[in-house]
Amino acid sequence: MSDEIVLKTEDLTKHYGGVHALEGANFELKKGEHIAVMGDNGAGKSTFVRQITGVEQRTRGKIWLYDEEVSFAGPLDAREAGIETVFQTLALADDLDVPDNLFLGREITKLDWLGPFRFLDYKAMRAATLEGLEKTAVKIPNIRNSIRNMSGGQRQCVAIARTATFHSRLTIMDEPTAALGVQETEQVENIIRTLKDAGEPLILVSHNMRQVMDLMDRIIVFRRGRIVANLKKEETDGQDIVAYITGAKTGAEFGDVA
Amino acid sequence: MNDTSHGTGGLTFDQSKRSWPNEMNILFALILIIVIFEILGQVLPYMNGQSFLFDTRGRFDTIFNEARLQIIILQVAIIGIIALGVTQVIITAGIDLSSGPLVAATAMIAMSFAQTELVNGNPNPKAIFGVWAMDLPVLVPVVIGLLFGGMIGAINGTFVAIFRIPPFIATLGMFLICRGIALWWSAGRPVSFPTEGYKFIGSGMMPVVWFLSLAVLFHVILRYTVYGKHTYAIGSNEEAARMSGINVKRHKIMVYTIASMLAAFAGVVLSAKASTAQAGMGEFYELFAIAMAVIGGISLTGGRGSIIGTVLGAMVLGVIRSGFTFVKLDGSYQLMAMGSIIIAAVILDQYRQRNRA
Repeated sequence: MSDEIVLKTEDLTKHYGGVHALEGANFELKKGEHIAVMGDNGAGKSTFVRQITGVEQRTRGKIWLYDEEVSFAGPLDAREAGIETVFQTLALADDLDVPDNLFLGREITKLDWLGPFRFLDYKAMRAATLEGLEKTAVKIPNIRNSIRNMSGGQRQCVAIARTATFHSRLTIMDEPTAALGVQETEQVENIIRTLKDAGEPLILVSHNMRQVMDLMDRIIVFRRGRIVANLKKEETDGQDIVAYITGAKTGAEFGDVA
Repeated sequence: MNDTSHGTGGLTFDQSKRSWPNEMNILFALILIIVIFEILGQVLPYMNGQSFLFDTRGRFDTIFNEARLQIIILQVAIIGIIALGVTQVIITAGIDLSSGPLVAATAMIAMSFAQTELVNGNPNPKAIFGVWAMDLPVLVPVVIGLLFGGMIGAINGTFVAIFRIPPFIATLGMFLICRGIALWWSAGRPVSFPTEGYKFIGSGMMPVVWFLSLAVLFHVILRYTVYGKHTYAIGSNEEAARMSGINVKRHKIMVYTIASMLAAFAGVVLSAKASTAQAGMGEFYELFAIAMAVIGGISLTGGRGSIIGTVLGAMVLGVIRSGFTFVKLDGSYQLMAMGSIIIAAVILDQYRQRNRA
């Protein structure tokens, strides 16, 4: 595995008026690495994700994606740069089928001179969808069924399959299994393993300790808007992480900020 | 299944067939209604065994009663043109109540530019403008009518998309405004005596030709183009559509504009067919257009519905109307029956949706 750095942030900070939701986050993700972001509610996890994905504009700090400094004006910019985000609340259109949802807003088209009335290339989109599903080992009974008729797990899988379909350079999942049942959670975890095997870098925001310890390489803990720990999975355990989350412990290198 | 490690219980993902389309159900309903009228024709004592759709008296060379078929589709064609636009608006989870009065207003305005200078050698008694507006090429009134419709639609769309006024309210306001424009245009007087070219637009089966060609055009657009896909996406999940980078505001304005241009064109065809334009034209057209879409299986919450469904819905209304005339029941029964069928269509649809989920 190369040491190429996928994502790097320096002094990433977000203030909502007087509330310091995120303060001086320095973060690094290497190629092929799967990192968990943990922390209590309101610790700054989602704020951190929202700054990286361009959903919000940061107060200060710098972000590099593959050694290139980036500044996203909106979530679309981030997506175009190769950051694919899976949100807890799914951004899927219920009445459309799987390829339609994967390609929503970036359809493969023909006869482009027709402007808004340019034709959709259904065949190409279906082929790319099947390829993407295969890569993530997602199994959907019939990709031409509308999303409405699918289970929560299948829907989440469709959202995740976007990643593989668009050859994204970084996948971010914000609590992807929070609303799912046991079997469906397992399904999503299998996809994460598949991504790991394929060397795709991933950031997972999660509350689920077992999931994190099972799947991730490294754990970043947020507390009160700051990063308080950067732990390798092999060198820590559940109790240790909880101690960081609750504030009983703070990482040595982060001592001055706690 | 070779890799069971990531399996989900024996499901495969290589099928790409579509499920049973909703439109088939409406087609069956249409056939069922025709069969009922056919049976009534045989059973009712005063009908003397007449056939509803078949040619039993040898008046024509074909097996069908062509005259009845023509009437059925002719009497729904003009409202059907409106319904093509309303369908698109409803798919975005909106509604357009302004189309009926827009038909009247457009008819008045377009007809004013379609008048002939001389009627039987005398000056046109219904003249609105001077001689400069007389005997213009047929394209002029049509383009003016469509531009007016497009303007009304763009205003509807702007209120809905930019000012976030509920579509029901925005288009209800436009409903009154358009009826007002229609009355104001010529101070309530009818506008008549169009050129031959203008009359041709609505002559004979031309309304049906317009209706069916526009239906084919918009079927293709809704099903196979980016415009269509985004229309469904917005109605299905507006937030997801926005997150996916669709310009939801611009798209909604475009949909309302197209819908109003279709209603305006219906106004042109109607006035051409009647050879006159009156401020009271198009009464309840907006509601019948919505009814056609609803019978055609559209969902008022958006995301679902199709042009094929709406065309079939129009046919259902046409067949019912014609069938009631056929069994000699008057208009009051027709209205009651149509109302019941609209409600029944929605109940059936909801039942079907629940069963599938």
